[in-house]
Amino acid sequence: MIKVRDSVTCRLGAVIVVAAWLIGNGLIAFAQTKNSCLDCHSNLPEPLGVSVETYGQNIHAQKGLTCAACHGGDASSDDPEKAMSRAAGWKGKIERKQIPELCASCHADAERMKKYNPSLRVDQFQQYKTSVHGMKWAKGDNKVAVCTDCHGVHDLRAPSDPRSKVHPINIATTCSRCHADAEYMKPYGIKTDQFANYEQSVHHDAMVVRGDLSAPTCTTCHGNHGATPPGVANVTNVCSNCHVFQAQLFQTSPHKDAFAAMGFPGCVTCHSNHAIKAPTDEMIGAGPKAVCMNCHTAGDAGSMQAEAMHAQLTNLASAIAASDELLSRAERQGMEVSQPKLQQTQARDALLKARVAVHAFRDSGLKQDTDAGLATTKLTYVAGQKAMQEWRFRRVGLGLSLVLIALTLVGLGFYIRRLEQK
Amino acid sequence: MSSAPDTSAAAKPAPADLPRRRFVNILLGTGLLASAASFLYPVLRYLVPPKLPDLGGDAVLAARLSEMKPNTAKTFRFGTRPGLLVETSAGEYRAMSATCTHLGCTVQYRPDLREIWCACHNGMYDLNGRNISGPPPRPLEAFEVQVRGDEIFVRRKQEA
Amino acid sequence: MAGPVASVRAWFDERFPLDDLKALAQKKKVPVHHYSYWYFLGGMTLFLFGVQVLTGALLLLYYRPGADEAFESVQFIMTQVQFGWLIRSVHSWSANLLVFMAFAHLFSVLFLRSYRKPRELTWVSGILLLFLMLGFGFSGYLLPWNTLSYFATKVGTEIPAQIPIIGRPVLLFLRGGEDITGSTLTRLYGFHVAILPALATVLIGLHLALIQWFGMSVPPGVEAKWRATPEDRKEIRFFPNFVLRELMAWYVALGLLGALAALFPWGLGVKADPFASAPAGIKPEWYFLFMFQTLKLIPAKVLGMDGEMLGILAFGVVGAVALLLPFLDREKPFKTRRWITGLACVFLGYMAVMTVDGWVAK
Repeated sequence: MIKVRDSVTCRLGAVIVVAAWLIGNGLIAFAQTKNSCLDCHSNLPEPLGVSVETYGQNIHAQKGLTCAACHGGDASSDDPEKAMSRAAGWKGKIERKQIPELCASCHADAERMKKYNPSLRVDQFQQYKTSVHGMKWAKGDNKVAVCTDCHGVHDLRAPSDPRSKVHPINIATTCSRCHADAEYMKPYGIKTDQFANYEQSVHHDAMVVRGDLSAPTCTTCHGNHGATPPGVANVTNVCSNCHVFQAQLFQTSPHKDAFAAMGFPGCVTCHSNHAIKAPTDEMIGAGPKAVCMNCHTAGDAGSMQAEAMHAQLTNLASAIAASDELLSRAERQGMEVSQPKLQQTQARDALLKARVAVHAFRDSGLKQDTDAGLATTKLTYVAGQKAMQEWRFRRVGLGLSLVLIALTLVGLGFYIRRLEQK
Repeated sequence: MSSAPDTSAAAKPAPADLPRRRFVNILLGTGLLASAASFLYPVLRYLVPPKLPDLGGDAVLAARLSEMKPNTAKTFRFGTRPGLLVETSAGEYRAMSATCTHLGCTVQYRPDLREIWCACHNGMYDLNGRNISGPPPRPLEAFEVQVRGDEIFVRRKQEA
Repeated sequence: MAGPVASVRAWFDERFPLDDLKALAQKKKVPVHHYSYWYFLGGMTLFLFGVQVLTGALLLLYYRPGADEAFESVQFIMTQVQFGWLIRSVHSWSANLLVFMAFAHLFSVLFLRSYRKPRELTWVSGILLLFLMLGFGFSGYLLPWNTLSYFATKVGTEIPAQIPIIGRPVLLFLRGGEDITGSTLTRLYGFHVAILPALATVLIGLHLALIQWFGMSVPPGVEAKWRATPEDRKEIRFFPNFVLRELMAWYVALGLLGALAALFPWGLGVKADPFASAPAGIKPEWYFLFMFQTLKLIPAKVLGMDGEMLGILAFGVVGAVALLLPFLDREKPFKTRRWITGLACVFLGYMAVMTVDGWVAK
């Protein structure tokens, strides 16, 4: 009995404690989120104004921080004199120069960040100091990007929010605000066509048109907080993060040492850097669009090899196209060709694999893939021809039955005439 | 049947008419018979059940239990595209589209990695079809598996 | 040689009035005059109906109703079953020719005024048969369960829903629920293969019996001439003379159907997806197009009345007038005959213009 009563009291006690804790927390939260600054600043014009709406979408505000977290002062006081007193630590406008350190005062503090988001990294400032932006900043260059230039200030959103300036879909635009501005970039003597080039690239197409958020944007290759151009030696490493096979094959290829000796930056040598277009089969070979001919001269061993590889690719591509054309012609005539059409995907697979195999720059691996593809297209072409044969058979059948019908009609005509002659 | 009264009605023809009459009769008879045969032939062929079994609605016979072993997979035809049926090492069946979401190659099961792999660009998916590494932007479409007797059927997942 | 055949015939004659039927067939005469060719249209319609029954029965062997299976089974018929493409294409083409022939038959009867006393009931049964044929067309259109037929049925079933009071129940009855679903499909399938054929069989029996009973109608002008000069009256026997000619016409129709099916196989379209948005340019079958187009062109409000309602009402009136036409036809006192011919011409022209307009319109 006693035990039972004990446990009841015990539970009751626990309930009271939990309730008190909840109420207390609520009160604290209420006290913390009191933000008297907005009472005035939401009515002020730019640059002093911050609307309630903008502020409400700020990730810091959503986590319960007030303006005072960055600007100092006392946001709980309704008296402007007290709220914005230097005594209360009020800082007013934050100088650009101070921004990275101010952000780092929390974001480099693992203990503090754990409370909000335990999985968030705390090395951004460390990385920033290794970046070109950070190094110039350290030397007192006030024009280079600091945290707020990319992340925003009062409208700062979590990077996972599609409206955030650092959401994958917006990153390139964010970088381009400075890097595509010729006037702004003049002192640094670097090109400003990267964004325009990127916009024509297959990577941009994957990101924006196909909506693939894992497609590369500026930061994928250059890094974000530690943004630096990858050096000649590292380009292949960067590309191979995604293009594993091509990189592996390239490492075994004769080009590896040749490019290294000539100081060529791996992949970029043929595919360019920002304007990476979807590769075509014309890129290899000795034709006018072939990148091989940038180094090789017509008739040398390399160009012969390139031409042989080009021929293998185009042979398979045209064999696939021929089967496709025949099969779709048969399909348009109402013939059943879904099985060979399914088989065609195997040939397409082979072509895709062959296009990867190009990167070994030897025709042995390539030939294996293209031969497999050609064997498949032979089968599908025969199937297409059979379907067309069946279609012709139908026409012959129709013709035959029409002849028989005509014969019967003539017979009937004679018969009726005879019947009515008497 | 109708020819009986006609011949009697047209009795006593002129002798010169006889060969012509026979010709007309033969022409009409062959015409009727042959054209009737040409109508009947397709109908009779139509009645023969086709060799290829019916798709049976939206469920496809992917494999038989006897064909499958743990940690193996089989590619089957799902409509106009290939599908992949995997028996996991735990003996569970998983089915999904075998068309890679990157550039449309046919994916395969890698017993050594216990993962689904696309040979074209080294894309990897886990056994739920989720893209876990390499270029694939989206998971493979997962299908529903039903075992009926010795047969494993796969169908598209019904949206609730 | 004739021994066993004769004894079988004798056995049969005692049990079946074959000779009476033969006498009946031979009694019937078909008048021969300037307009005799129009007599073929009814027989042609009947023949096409026969083709529909045969090919329809064949399609039933492989077709399966149901939202999951209908499209797949039609695809199966078109691609896997030997000559399935032929049977299905003939069924589709023949359905269209049938409706066309039925309309042609109707207008020929109308212009030759063959509906006169005592053939009023023949006309009424004919009009009812036309409505049945349209019902066959409407219900059969959905059965392949492709996008076009799905949305055409959706629009088509919404039209009667505009009628006050009974509109909604009619919609629910046709759809078997609020939306076009698998239950609409099974419902229209039931209409198409059981209810409508049963009604059609009864009506066709009645229609043919009446024609047999009263014989072929002679147009009034020709009849007057024949009465004046009886030696001009010309007739042929229905059997075999007319039947053989009709047979020739049927053979031509068969050849035409085979050619259409082989050269222009009926398409299958894309499987219906109830969650997809309606594709642009949804159109019903051509024989509903003039009504569809009228309802589209009619303004939303006409004299304070709902425009669509008014359109439906108008077609209801046209249908009722068509059904009761023989009873409106009087020589006196208003010369209604000319009125009827005039109105029929206007309506025919209207149908043609609206159908073409609907066909061309995007």
